[in-house]
Amino acid sequence: MECYFDNSATTRAYPQVAEIVSEIMLEDFGNPSSLHTKGMEAENRIRHARETIASTLKVDDRCILFTSGGTESDNMALIGCAEAYKRSGKHIITTRIEHPAILETCAYLEDRGYEISYLDVDNKGLIDLKQLEETLRKDTILVSIMHTNNEIGTVEPIAQAAQVIKKVNPNTLLHVDAVQGYGKWNIYPKKLGIDLLSVSGHKIHGPKGVGFLYIASGVKILPIIHGGGQQKNLRSGTENVPGIAGLAKAAELIYKDLDISRANMYAMKERLIAGLLKMDDVVVNGPVGEDSAPHIVSASVGGIRSEVLLHALEEKGICVSAGSACASNKPSISETLKAIGVEKKYLDSTIRFSLSEDNTMEQIEYALEVLEDIVPMLRRYTRH
Amino acid sequence: MYSSFLIKYAEIGIKGKNRYLFENALVQQIKYACKRCEGEFEVRKAEGRIYVDALGDFDYDEAVENLKTVFGISGICPMIQLEDNDFENIKKTVIDYFDKAYPDKNKTFKVFARRSRKSYPKNSMELNADIGEALLNAFSELKVDVHDPDICLYVEIREKVYIYSQIIPGPGGMPVGTNGKAMLLLSGGIDSPVAGYMISKRGVKIDAVYFHAPPYTSERAKQKVVDLAAQVARYSGPIYLHVINFTDIQLAIYEKCPHDELTIIMRRYMMRIAQTIAEETECLGLITGESIGQVASQTMHSLACTNDVCTMPVYRPCIGLDKQEIISISEKIGTYETSILPFEDCCTIFVAKHPVTKPNLSIIKRHEHNLDEVIDDLVKTALDSKETIIVKAK
Repeated sequence: MECYFDNSATTRAYPQVAEIVSEIMLEDFGNPSSLHTKGMEAENRIRHARETIASTLKVDDRCILFTSGGTESDNMALIGCAEAYKRSGKHIITTRIEHPAILETCAYLEDRGYEISYLDVDNKGLIDLKQLEETLRKDTILVSIMHTNNEIGTVEPIAQAAQVIKKVNPNTLLHVDAVQGYGKWNIYPKKLGIDLLSVSGHKIHGPKGVGFLYIASGVKILPIIHGGGQQKNLRSGTENVPGIAGLAKAAELIYKDLDISRANMYAMKERLIAGLLKMDDVVVNGPVGEDSAPHIVSASVGGIRSEVLLHALEEKGICVSAGSACASNKPSISETLKAIGVEKKYLDSTIRFSLSEDNTMEQIEYALEVLEDIVPMLRRYTRH
Repeated sequence: MYSSFLIKYAEIGIKGKNRYLFENALVQQIKYACKRCEGEFEVRKAEGRIYVDALGDFDYDEAVENLKTVFGISGICPMIQLEDNDFENIKKTVIDYFDKAYPDKNKTFKVFARRSRKSYPKNSMELNADIGEALLNAFSELKVDVHDPDICLYVEIREKVYIYSQIIPGPGGMPVGTNGKAMLLLSGGIDSPVAGYMISKRGVKIDAVYFHAPPYTSERAKQKVVDLAAQVARYSGPIYLHVINFTDIQLAIYEKCPHDELTIIMRRYMMRIAQTIAEETECLGLITGESIGQVASQTMHSLACTNDVCTMPVYRPCIGLDKQEIISISEKIGTYETSILPFEDCCTIFVAKHPVTKPNLSIIKRHEHNLDEVIDDLVKTALDSKETIIVKAK
């Protein structure tokens, strides 16, 4: 049985997404900047996409900026704000369990004279609001906190964090990396107090190479990509029209039956965790239950290196990832797992299952059967 | 500006009556290299020389790059070819060539003219003098130096006129196919592709064997080995890469033999299997990337234990090289970048914390008997299920 449990790495596109992408590439292929009809048609496609996406967030469609994906959105939010607000201060706060798109961008800013504070997390991956409050300063220009952690599925208390920030320093902006959260929850930035929000297309059954950044009105941001002045000069480069239309179609579809698919994923997650915990020397990392992401299960299987387990599962048609596949295929130890205090012996033995609406309960049962079969066999051979 | 190349070869020249065999093999290998280049080429043997003529447009840099991978070539001379041997025309062409080839004229030169057509109205001495004069007249900074010139300009009047002055060094060695075939144990590390390259340089055709251990080694590790083989194949020609599933053998050794001897016993089985395939495929030797003392399994004692199972000669061209020297070669032949990709290979899993560095052959042999019940079947299964990939240069 083919079981794709790596949906936090990427998802299969909806057929309707592939359809619209193909249609635009072959027919409405114009450049939105062109003055003729073909250009107009392309521009309309983008306008429509912008409206669709804005409606999922309940925001003004002028606040949506299309990018090449989550990483660019994160870079733009951090670097763009840091540049725009450097006169107000050079202090930025983030957490220890962010995606490398945030952590590496912070390191880049640190090299350029910005000061970065990193919030600790507890053993479930949650930030401490008290520590946030104490870390905020007069010169804090930006706080960046992820919505849903990509490795262990922690959902951070964004609304409360926003309240704390506005209370201490109303000028501090809040950026949220919602790459793993968008399409799993209704996220309304204005209600939650989010100023900037990053989203990627291919994690929600849309195309790769496209995403967006929500920028609340009134928030200043300087471009990091320069050129022809597209998208109000904030992000130059001919718009990825097929990608953008595909992204909007995916957003529309994923939010259509959100409650049902989320409930299904929770049921699968619960069954998977129950099965895993029945096995000898297996622990589940991060939070469980309905406060956690419905689609992410991080498990450590004692005595087996994650890469070996991954390839053994792959032989049975089961795709999972080792730690966080998103961070490339380098076998390195996850900062997130270290931050939540996973025992040393489990660090290199952790795999991640990530689900989507494509998965079924039969696949979960099959995966558990396979695990029960291969884990004892693999444990016979351990490295010294 | 160039339309053809004169190929210089060194060692073949001294091969006596077998010379034509070496030349034919070289022509063959040059043709193979030219196939990878844009454009059409004719490779011909004439008057004891090899010429590569471009028939129409071609990419000069690409052609040189590919000729530099052909073992047996000691030098590549880009040439101007002239059909019309009228002396005025030769003079004009030489001046034009010189002007384009040497933007900086503050140089010394010497003309080496030769006429194999003795009917030509000027003899070599006259040609030297007249061409030299023409160049001196054309470029005032230019000087003649007959003892130690910066530029040696060759003008040869044969059935056509050939003009050249640059010699781009080739890889040397002997054309592949003139010296039998050997089986390379290719691991994915830095050393084994270099070893393959070095033996191939002596005219040896290469086949390779790779030991795959799923799920302990990944498909990406295997792809890496295929990529390395493709890079070596630029020099050696197409490589038959035999992939052996080694997992069960490795697990059996792990279960039944002392862990500090794992690597040695494992390598003994690799050698045995490689040798079996080598015999089946008419290889005359094995090639490994071993270098004395590099790791525990490559001490003199370990090499002796490993070598004990081989009846075929084992060629270890890296044996006396330091790691850095091996790395330099791997950078030169373009395998380094691939070799250092971080995928586990079958040698790095199941490594004991303190492997033996001075294994005792009789003890190793005794412990190998622990495998007696299963090992023949496992080896047979591994050989029967081998996958063979024909890897060509990219």
